[in-house]
Amino acid sequence: MMGDTKTMNMIEAINSALDIMLERDPDVVLMGEDIGYFGGVFRATAGLQAKHGKTRVFDTPISECGIIGAGVGMAAYGLRPVPEIQFADYIYPGLDQLVSEAARLRYRSAGDFICPMTVRSPFGGGIFGGQTHSQSPESLFTHVCGIKTIVPSNPYDAKGLLIAAIEDNDPVIFFEPKRIYNGPFSGYYDRPVEPWSKHEASAVPEGYYRIELGKAGVVREGEALTILTYGTMVHVVQMVVAEMGIDADILDLRTLLPLDVEAIERSVKNTGRCLVVHEATRTSGFGAELAALVQERCFYHLEAPVERVTGFDTPYPHSLEWAYFPGPVRIASAIEKIMKD
Amino acid sequence: MTGKKSNLAPLRLHIPEPKFRPGDEADFSDVAVPPVDSIARPDEASLPADIQSLAFGLVRVLDDDHQAKGSWNPNLDADQLRSMLRNMMLTRAFDDRMFRAQRQGKTSFYMKSTGEEATSVATAMALASDDMCFPSYRQQGILLTRGYPIVRMMNQIYSNSQDHLKGRQLPIMYSAPECSFFTISGNLATQYPQAVGWAMASASRGDTRISAVWCGEGSTAEGDFHSAMTFAAVYNAPVILQVVNNQWAISSFSGIAGGERTTFAARGLGYGIASLRVDGNDPLAVYAAMRWAADRARTNNGPTFIEYFTYRAEGHSTSDDPGAYRAAQEFEKWPLGDPVDRLKKHLILLGEWSEEQHQAQHDELAELVKKTQKEAEANGILGHGMHQPFETMFEDVFEEMPWHLKEQCAQMIDEQHRKFGPEWEPK
Ligand SMILES: Cc1ncc(C[n+]2csc(CCOP(=O)(O)OP(=O)(O)O)c2C)c(N)n1
Repeated sequence: MMGDTKTMNMIEAINSALDIMLERDPDVVLMGEDIGYFGGVFRATAGLQAKHGKTRVFDTPISECGIIGAGVGMAAYGLRPVPEIQFADYIYPGLDQLVSEAARLRYRSAGDFICPMTVRSPFGGGIFGGQTHSQSPESLFTHVCGIKTIVPSNPYDAKGLLIAAIEDNDPVIFFEPKRIYNGPFSGYYDRPVEPWSKHEASAVPEGYYRIELGKAGVVREGEALTILTYGTMVHVVQMVVAEMGIDADILDLRTLLPLDVEAIERSVKNTGRCLVVHEATRTSGFGAELAALVQERCFYHLEAPVERVTGFDTPYPHSLEWAYFPGPVRIASAIEKIMKD
Repeated sequence: MTGKKSNLAPLRLHIPEPKFRPGDEADFSDVAVPPVDSIARPDEASLPADIQSLAFGLVRVLDDDHQAKGSWNPNLDADQLRSMLRNMMLTRAFDDRMFRAQRQGKTSFYMKSTGEEATSVATAMALASDDMCFPSYRQQGILLTRGYPIVRMMNQIYSNSQDHLKGRQLPIMYSAPECSFFTISGNLATQYPQAVGWAMASASRGDTRISAVWCGEGSTAEGDFHSAMTFAAVYNAPVILQVVNNQWAISSFSGIAGGERTTFAARGLGYGIASLRVDGNDPLAVYAAMRWAADRARTNNGPTFIEYFTYRAEGHSTSDDPGAYRAAQEFEKWPLGDPVDRLKKHLILLGEWSEEQHQAQHDELAELVKKTQKEAEANGILGHGMHQPFETMFEDVFEEMPWHLKEQCAQMIDEQHRKFGPEWEPK
């Protein structure tokens, strides 16, 4: 069913997943600001309204609370809404509908009502978006009981995970790292951008396939240390590991909740060392959860303390974003520190 | 899984669609443009319930022959009119220059206000200079009218070494308390309840200052908008709530914000707020409406809600391509014309201005912004090294820097040493 492959960047892969799901399942509807005729500010839904019609793919008022709340109602009717929030930074006005309503519908009604909704949203920094277009709020959602949280790192995974998310019967937050959506963002001498662009297009099956939620991807197998990461950072980590020539075991977590704890445990018990890398701010970030988990489950196998490489605990600064971003130097320093012990 | 009863007609979902798309010939002949003075100017102390029809008309002062007429005519003198024209032309010159700077890669982003200059310039002129403004991102005309240094605006746009916001904000998201101009948020409509709160505070302290807030018609869908309306009404706050209806919210036409059903001005009626609908491309009508609302607020007659009916002549921002979703030449066909052009023609009609003076002023302003741009660029452009010192990134998160930020700052400095060599020092 997967059919031939085609070279796609992440946006194209997401578009393909949405197209296939609209085709296969008449209950799937897409909605969001500017997603209809125009195809979304990042073009993720380009062409889908023309192909599937206005009642399947439509623009919404600028009301994130309305978008997500209406999604809950549509899901309660029996549809599978896939709302887009234009930037993850703008999910907050819809937060109550997500946290108090979507996440708990199944629980509070003992299964009378469910919420098979997938909220897609571009997230993360590195595109000069300033402090209101760059946030990585994933840990807000992993802290909520009843929402699944996904972050793909490449076009192939993005498509397979998105299809699985739409077919899932629980509410899902699908965060798309916009830094690796389209292509290189070049022109600035002091930004380590070039190597990342290599990962932006890959061979993706044109047809239907799923990647099971809750399973980490193995980016690279190694013995020296385990690196747990996801999203854009997968590419930065790979670059650093290659440059350092270190035999790291790199896991791309893909689904933050539910988490592939078996893969983590297996890897850390094997390497005895663990580094966690994410773009989001440090304090109470998802890295803290990962570090605690590793400590609980692998303590007697650890040969060095678990380290975290993260964004700093400040909002994302527009002009200094490349100094804020957890780049190669920050990661390399942490690896050196872990390997010393 | 449908609950269809055998002989009932099926329900249908309505999805609003704009009348014209790319390739279509735009035609606005159905847009009602009532004559000047079709609605008379009521007393400032009128009760909202007595003036509900103002939410459905269109306050106009300049007629099709560029004469100022009717009871809304603010009767400004020639110097005031010339200064209004100059402020609007300056805004346009500034926009053109900065748009080009973005295209030349000198900054990441820019947003023009072309065609909407009256809604910021004329409103600012109708307020007292210390009335507090809570703008959205398309009201640069307020700052230019209030005399904020142009070079400071440019420094902000370039996020350079002299940017007073320390390179943190997206270009155009200014902050200027010295001009009573609130810091701009990227999150839409958040300024609406804040403006109401400021006005409530001013009233509770027995101050004489009022506040004014701007948002786009698309943003009226946000919950914050509706919370603000409720608070403004409940506390009879001295606030002027304005909607710049420029027809488009990125690619979504005003129907997606509810504009098919009624006017945006009419949204004020349900809250019991005095509401006006105004020709937003008529600078004198905009001035008059704002003046009326300001007088109401200052005399404890409460909030006013104003819709400016206008048109977004350019793209939403430098990241946008309006050719992908709307008919070309819409702005040229816009029945309410261009605010700069209308005021120019009015002044010429009065014998207080000429085409030659206009051209000379156009060139003078273009030269002024060009010269100022050079001055700003001497302080750096985005991504070319002359930025804020790295450690400023950690300032202002809190009043005093906690231990964890100090630690992270030291880490960042160490990273810069590793990147640029041990002799590197933060500037
Ligand atoms: C809460 C929130 N949601 C979405 C966005 C993305 N966004 C930025 S501007 C814009 C359109 C706003 O349109 P409108 O209010 O009509 O103002 P205009 O740009 O036309 O002046 C959108 C959707 C945002 N900035 N904030």
